[in-house]
Amino acid sequence: MTIEVLMPALSPTMEEGTLARWLVKEGDEVKSGDVIAEIETDKATMEVEAVEEGIVARLLVEEGSEGVKVNAPIAILKEEGESDEAVKSAAKSSGSGKTQDSAEGEDNSKDDEDDSDEEDSKDSGDDENGSGSSDKDKSKAKSSSSSLKDPEIPEDAKMVSTTVRDALRDAMAEEMRRDERVFVMGEEVAEYEGAYKVTRGLLKEFGPKRVVDTPITEHGFAGVGVGAAFAGLKPVVEFMTFNFAMQAIDQIINSAAKTLYMSGGQMGCPIVFRGPNSAASRVGAQHSQDYSAWYANVPGLKVIAPYDAADAKGLLKAAIRDPNPVVFLEHELIYGESFDVPDVDDWVLPIGKAKIRREGTDCTITAHSRMVGFALQAAEKLAEEGIECEVIDLRTLRPLDTETVVESVKKTNRIVCAEEGWGRMGVGAEIAAVVTAEAFDYLDAPPARVHQADVPLPYAANLEKLALPGVDDIIKAVKAVTYAE
Amino acid sequence: MLLIRRFEEKAGQLYGMGLIAGFCHLYIGQEAVVVGVQSALREGDQVITGYRDHGHMLAAGMTANGVMAELTGREGGYSRGKGGSMHMFSREKQFFGGHGIVGAQVSLGTGLAFANAYREDGKVCATYFGDGAANQGQVYESFNMAKIWNLPVIYIIENNQYAMGTSVKRSSSETHLYKRGVSFNIPGEEVDGMDVNAVYEAAKKAVEHARAGKGPYILEMKTYRYRGHSMSDPAKYRTRDEVNEYREHKDPIDLARKRILDGKYATEEQLKEMEKEIKKIVQESAEFAQSSPEPDPSELYTDVLIEEAAR
Repeated sequence: MTIEVLMPALSPTMEEGTLARWLVKEGDEVKSGDVIAEIETDKATMEVEAVEEGIVARLLVEEGSEGVKVNAPIAILKEEGESDEAVKSAAKSSGSGKTQDSAEGEDNSKDDEDDSDEEDSKDSGDDENGSGSSDKDKSKAKSSSSSLKDPEIPEDAKMVSTTVRDALRDAMAEEMRRDERVFVMGEEVAEYEGAYKVTRGLLKEFGPKRVVDTPITEHGFAGVGVGAAFAGLKPVVEFMTFNFAMQAIDQIINSAAKTLYMSGGQMGCPIVFRGPNSAASRVGAQHSQDYSAWYANVPGLKVIAPYDAADAKGLLKAAIRDPNPVVFLEHELIYGESFDVPDVDDWVLPIGKAKIRREGTDCTITAHSRMVGFALQAAEKLAEEGIECEVIDLRTLRPLDTETVVESVKKTNRIVCAEEGWGRMGVGAEIAAVVTAEAFDYLDAPPARVHQADVPLPYAANLEKLALPGVDDIIKAVKAVTYAE
Repeated sequence: MLLIRRFEEKAGQLYGMGLIAGFCHLYIGQEAVVVGVQSALREGDQVITGYRDHGHMLAAGMTANGVMAELTGREGGYSRGKGGSMHMFSREKQFFGGHGIVGAQVSLGTGLAFANAYREDGKVCATYFGDGAANQGQVYESFNMAKIWNLPVIYIIENNQYAMGTSVKRSSSETHLYKRGVSFNIPGEEVDGMDVNAVYEAAKKAVEHARAGKGPYILEMKTYRYRGHSMSDPAKYRTRDEVNEYREHKDPIDLARKRILDGKYATEEQLKEMEKEIKKIVQESAEFAQSSPEPDPSELYTDVLIEEAAR
């Protein structure tokens, strides 16, 4: 019986990679545990081991092939004395030729300049994770988001397609060049270049004094960062994810957020806590929490949760310059997405200003971070049915730009508040309260909320999908408040 | 030391009169620690501590008026009445608090030292914490980083033998707290915290070590607080005899006084004069703390964020 060797996944969100090197050739005998190939992503090179014994009958993917899909057969082993006929039929049935073609096809269409294979895979990983929306919807969403230009962007600015990941890195690098006091610290930020590669290249440019690898010590290094900020430095503290920042939340809130007040204005704390927040992909309850509402509850903090790359860059730069502690919530599942970023000298956005990403007359949808993309997709679909939604990207959760939201509701008379986190005491609850208080007479329906199911995020693919809010949930909520169904 | 003692006695009195509220942790009995250490620091070195902080502030050169007025929650206090006993700061005197969360100041102090190393400015941070805080996880996270990066910090463990009501013996598997740095390669030593000269000598050595770029140093100060953990603590976990033993035979001020007189550094008369001056300062601070107005209601919403253009 022949055995297929499949392309392995290196991480929960990886969907494809490069087959860098074969270490065996056809006809070689291998036993279980022998290294047969090396595969690469932007993060790492990893060895592929044979899991069974046999003879390498066929190598199905050429050395150096990029974009090889996870689980695609890459080789066929046969048992001693097995006929070539069996191998041939196995190769045929595995559809290997087709896999290879499509991999190459993707390769050609790829416009990513920084060979980050895994990032691309993360893009497409969205589908698995959230809304059940198709790629087609996503491309639509992007075009619609760029159709409504940010008034901050100069008319003649050249736009450069950049991933959110690189936009964040560029923001840090630019601010580090500008201000000697700015430094980055966290787990794996320097030599490993970031667990999610957000700090790629920083160590090389700025050296170990300003790009500091810490031990796995969230509580401790958050406190060290806050102390350094009290002393006048401007730390950018990366949490590998905000789930781990729960270990450090005492320092973030009790020390960073409250000390200015408790000191009668003496002890400013110019620090940025940043990292991916909320759900990733199939990583279970302890690695998937959305902390938007937690931090946005705390006076003394500013809380930013950008969606696209231009906002990520402009707002992170603003956060680093801000004299106050800023919690900067990123999203792993949009790190790899590319958006236009204006190629201007110093792209800094004001903190505390929401952005209307799509204008509409029938219903307002508020969202932040990754949910903005879903809101835009929902709006497109609803437009096909004649319901025109106004999509507001909150961008900053504290201070919250309630004026933009309230003005929009006065126009649309309806609102759906979408967020990825739990609904109870959430961002949507706050917005619903504000709108009810400030635009009560304009409302034609009670405010509606879209949020995660009120359970710890499950691991099973189907349950995770059920728990996380997506495009369909937003559509349903809009139809409810517009009495379309 | 005497200023701290008299100040704290007065604070205790004002607390009893209802002028000081909330939690109020007195430093009486431990004065030699902060005075000895402060004498070994030089201008610009930073100090950070927990909530038993009045002594540290006075030693750092902050005024009795400003501290006492903060205790009464008045406008003339160091935090304009918004911090209280446990949360006072003076950037001018490089005193970084005054922290109410047990152990938090250890990471923060390590961060201050990180800034010193970053700037290569030769400053050392004196980070104080108690025997109770010595069991907090972040203390060891901080020890580890301080040694990895050889930060200029001295950790002063004020072992007054009781973490609130729990004795060191009951709470610590290793009661010699100066050994707590062993697994991080941080040198440590035990010091008689009731003897200001011993404290000074040990601190001098530790500060030199840190300033020379050799990294952190741990000093375990064996000391004793005469009063309860806070004003509301009846201190039933220890005997009257135990307290009296310290008060009568090991008091740091009596010891220093005797040494001054024996060595003829000052006469009885001069000391009396000094005591009178101190009494006056403390009395004035108590008056100031009562006459200074409460913060204006408009202060409620100030100092939450630094309001300035982010650009």
